[in-house]
Amino acid sequence: MTGRSAMDRTTHSSGSDDTFKAELLSLVPYLRAFARSLSGRHEGADDLAQETLVKAWQSRSSYLPGTNLKAWLFTILRNQFYSERRRAWRQEPWDSEKAANLHSYSESQTSAAELSDIARALQALPNEQREALILVGAGGFAYEEAAKIINCAVGTVKSRVARGRRALMAILDGDEQLPMSDRPPEGEAAREILSQLDRLAPHHGGDKRR
Amino acid sequence: MSKDKAPITDKARYARLRREAIGQGLRRLYDGVVHEPVPDEFMDLLKKIDESTDPERSPS
Repeated sequence: MTGRSAMDRTTHSSGSDDTFKAELLSLVPYLRAFARSLSGRHEGADDLAQETLVKAWQSRSSYLPGTNLKAWLFTILRNQFYSERRRAWRQEPWDSEKAANLHSYSESQTSAAELSDIARALQALPNEQREALILVGAGGFAYEEAAKIINCAVGTVKSRVARGRRALMAILDGDEQLPMSDRPPEGEAAREILSQLDRLAPHHGGDKRR
Repeated sequence: MSKDKAPITDKARYARLRREAIGQGLRRLYDGVVHEPVPDEFMDLLKKIDESTDPERSPS
């Protein structure tokens, strides 16, 4: 029962706060990655990650020690993102330059152009498919964990991941202009995605300048 | 490469390779951010959080 005591946060409140804070800090890189891939923006993403930290800190008493803190934080971030996005939906014009700079992988890696294409295609997916794909396909969450974060059934996550993969491929191959989910997303979102696509991909598929 | 089941058609093989490449791309995008150095603002924020929620403990 006393196998792992070093990191246990069951002592004094100030000590546990310190530990909690250290854990938050250690997970910041993942929050930034999730924020950036979810939002498709560079600057706003860090704001989102910071707001998540504040929210998490304020509601730290509701975190159950021993459960998956990363998943808990991702849930907060996701909620923040969607409520914020509803408000700011039209304020920021889409900037394809910024979209192309979403990532900062090392340039020595193989196809930078293709990564950039993937980043853009990801933003063209319906929210539900994008988030599922990010959590499972990029973030390495199990379907069950992703389902908790999204607050839906495990089977739903599985099918969204599968559909998201197919849709990404279709976009990247230029077969399809817009992947539709079988339930149409909010009309506004759909319209926004369409206009993003128009701006992003005048001639979709082969945007590999070089 | 695997011959255990029905022969894999070129089309299927291509699709699988594409799928893997895209999956790898997704992970690379995400990991690229994970491995970035954390901006100082995050440290500052966590410090400030402390002070604002715990005014009695003076910042050293």
